[in-house]
Amino acid sequence: MAKNTTRTREPLFHVAKRGQMPLWKSLAIRICAILAALLFCGVLCIVVLGKNPISFYDNMFKGVFGTKRRIWKMLKDLAVLLCVSLAVTPAFKMRYWNIGAEGQVHMSCLASVACAFYLGGSVPNNLLLVIMLLAAITAGAIWAVIPAIFKAIWNTNETLFTLMMNYIATSLVAFFLVVWVPSGSSALGELSAGWLPTIGGAIDKYGYLLLVLIVALLTVAMFIYLKYSKHGYEISVVGESRKTACYIGINVKKVIIRTLIVSGVLCGIAGFLIVSALDHSITVDTVGGRGFTAIMVSWLGKFNPFVMILTSFLMVFLQQGSDQVVSAFRINDTFTSIVTGIILFFIIGCEFFINYKLIFHKKEGKK
Amino acid sequence: MNKTVALDLRGITKAFGKVVANNNVDLSVYEGEILAILGENGCGKTTLMNMIAGIYYPDKGQIIVKGEEVVIRSPKDAFEHGIGMIHQHFKLVDVFSAGENVVLGIDDKKRYNIKDVNNRVLEISERYGFSIDPKKKIYEMSVSEKQTVEIIKVLYRGAEILILDEPTAVLTPQETETLFSVLRRMRDDGKSIIIITHKLHEVLSVSDRVAVLRKGEHIATVNTAETSESELTEMMVGKKIELNIDRSAVAELAERLVVSGINSYDSDGIKVLDNICFTANGGEILGIAGIAGSGQRELLEAIAGLQPLESGEITYNDPKSGERVNLRDKTPLQIREMGVRLSFVPEDRLGMGLVANMDITDNMMLRSYRRGKSAFLNRKNPRALAGEIVESLEVVTPGLSTPVRRLSGGNVQKVLVGREIAAAPTVFMAAYPVRGLDINSSYMIYNLLNEQKEKGVAVIFVGEDLDVLVALCDRILVINSGRITGVVDARTSTKEEIGLLMTKTDKAPAESCEKEDRCDG
Repeated sequence: MAKNTTRTREPLFHVAKRGQMPLWKSLAIRICAILAALLFCGVLCIVVLGKNPISFYDNMFKGVFGTKRRIWKMLKDLAVLLCVSLAVTPAFKMRYWNIGAEGQVHMSCLASVACAFYLGGSVPNNLLLVIMLLAAITAGAIWAVIPAIFKAIWNTNETLFTLMMNYIATSLVAFFLVVWVPSGSSALGELSAGWLPTIGGAIDKYGYLLLVLIVALLTVAMFIYLKYSKHGYEISVVGESRKTACYIGINVKKVIIRTLIVSGVLCGIAGFLIVSALDHSITVDTVGGRGFTAIMVSWLGKFNPFVMILTSFLMVFLQQGSDQVVSAFRINDTFTSIVTGIILFFIIGCEFFINYKLIFHKKEGKK
Repeated sequence: MNKTVALDLRGITKAFGKVVANNNVDLSVYEGEILAILGENGCGKTTLMNMIAGIYYPDKGQIIVKGEEVVIRSPKDAFEHGIGMIHQHFKLVDVFSAGENVVLGIDDKKRYNIKDVNNRVLEISERYGFSIDPKKKIYEMSVSEKQTVEIIKVLYRGAEILILDEPTAVLTPQETETLFSVLRRMRDDGKSIIIITHKLHEVLSVSDRVAVLRKGEHIATVNTAETSESELTEMMVGKKIELNIDRSAVAELAERLVVSGINSYDSDGIKVLDNICFTANGGEILGIAGIAGSGQRELLEAIAGLQPLESGEITYNDPKSGERVNLRDKTPLQIREMGVRLSFVPEDRLGMGLVANMDITDNMMLRSYRRGKSAFLNRKNPRALAGEIVESLEVVTPGLSTPVRRLSGGNVQKVLVGREIAAAPTVFMAAYPVRGLDINSSYMIYNLLNEQKEKGVAVIFVGEDLDVLVALCDRILVINSGRITGVVDARTSTKEEIGLLMTKTDKAPAESCEKEDRCDG
């Protein structure tokens, strides 16, 4: 045997597929992954920054939960991100690669701001809010349905199409900023009208309660829509297999267009909320990449709106916590970006260990 | 005869998740023999061979080639040890010629010279009795020619041990005979040949020894000359079973579906259905025979409203009202809305008939979810139906909420057939309904088809096993390249006769429409 050592060298390990794993075990793996990520980043923190990792994580945590204000900030960011994620979910569940949520939300913001800009002061605030909402929904739906129509009828590539629509949206916003801001600074001041009202008195000190409630309601509605409605069922069938959909007589074109209208409407609501509850203005960067982060939230949450609450919390937590660390440690945000990346990498990477196992080959003792 | 062991497997184990595909399998192959690996679908034949060929890596066990233990991590390793596998699904580049495909991937540091390659290919074909033109492109070839290229590819690389995975599944009886004579010649040349199959008569006619696998375990290896069909079946299934298909007598025929002169093209503009005319009657099983890809799928899909037609008509006679309606240019939904009770078990079960990631209940809903005006789904009735089907067809499943992709092939098919029968069809079409099924499930499906026939349903059955077609059907329609080459009475015809029709290329006369209609009369 000895002469054949090169021939008989066994691989160190090989990969084999796992069966279905019990829930507690897969949860345990995910928790282990997060702990491993934190440990790894902690070591990195000592080596690279020379700072105490415990204070690093402490700052991160305090940045999110430290004060009431920070908690509300986290909640509003979570709500908006979740709203955009809910919007992209039906499309992705249908395996329609809509990476245009960014543009769809942006157009909705633009429509809302336009209503507030031109009608502000001349109509009562509540009526203005309704008009803004309708305008935002229409804009979002139009922006989403154009690529969908092309996809349904001519089978064009929706990824490229929706991506391009994002750039058009950004340019349109830039154009209107030039029109609206005579000084040429392109910085539109805070709108005086079209603010989402505060409710709940003292609890709602920062005015985000209504926003959070609306998104909570949408989350439940989306869960029911996907799981218990005929539309939701058709979306699943088209997403899983277009051939099956044809076989049982689903009108695939109709489902694509209809689903993207739903998606666009939700983007519209998100845009409306951003303008009326958060920004009260618009810039070319108003959406701030939420349209793309939402895709990750949706996939990580496996298209389950309730799980997506957790995944969007994760995103918001990492972002907001990082901001706090940056200001506390007086570093720039490169390190925190690395940490965010590592944590996400571990969380996504652990899916491999949930679906596959490694079989190591024991070294056999020579006889 | 003094035999040397060419390949020895010891204690091979391989598991996929919880499913143990091979458990502690020991197997020896000698030089100069044809060893048949026999077993039902899902018993681990292909997995075992894939480990020898380097596609999978065994969890446990040793592979010994010519007395030396080897580690096979990739097909390349396998070739180095003289092992070559001819897969069920060919792995050829369509736009390359036979010679180019043969030499593809060989890294012998020599300058590439297609002339030399072609000469060697011819040399090999002459030696073993193939007929092949090395310059012919793959896309111009028939299935059997493609298979020849695969075999030559393996021989060119100097394989001493050849593994063929279900090589006869796509061949006509005549082509099968040719293949077998080639295999015998290779055996006489000292090569070891392993042939995977589940067709008993082929095992008996070609092999020297038979190794039987059942549920991943090696049951026994016996000399072919000393065994019989019933003994092998018993080893395969684990119990004695009756291998007869009951063909009930045809009661009363009622003209149900008249297909007249339909023509259709695929997306590349190739004619896939060429002037197809036939009648399917209620109360009989109409078999459709043909080499794989001769237009069977397109024909059924055309009837189901999934394949656009260029010309021709499909007329449906409503058994209740006696009304005649034309199904041409109707979508599947429109066909259903017209009251046509058409059930269709497509060839691609998980990709077309069912949704793989959905559970049994949700799959039941595919046909019925539209019922009612509510915007929401009613899962109560589908769940009840799912329970009924699981019980009456003995579907093995952990529960009604298990995704169907986790079920075995036979159980998947029972779910699909059960759903289609539950729709109380008047026309029942099934494409390769027993492909990949174990013997028991296959017989259950045959019985279900017979039951439908007795109920007066027009059953259309596309099959590949001619023995089954001849035993089960009443009439058999044979097609080749999208044309009908003959309609025979299954009671009086032989499978050789059908095999000849399957390869017949001359077109039946144009006026055949009328003639075929009366063929059964």
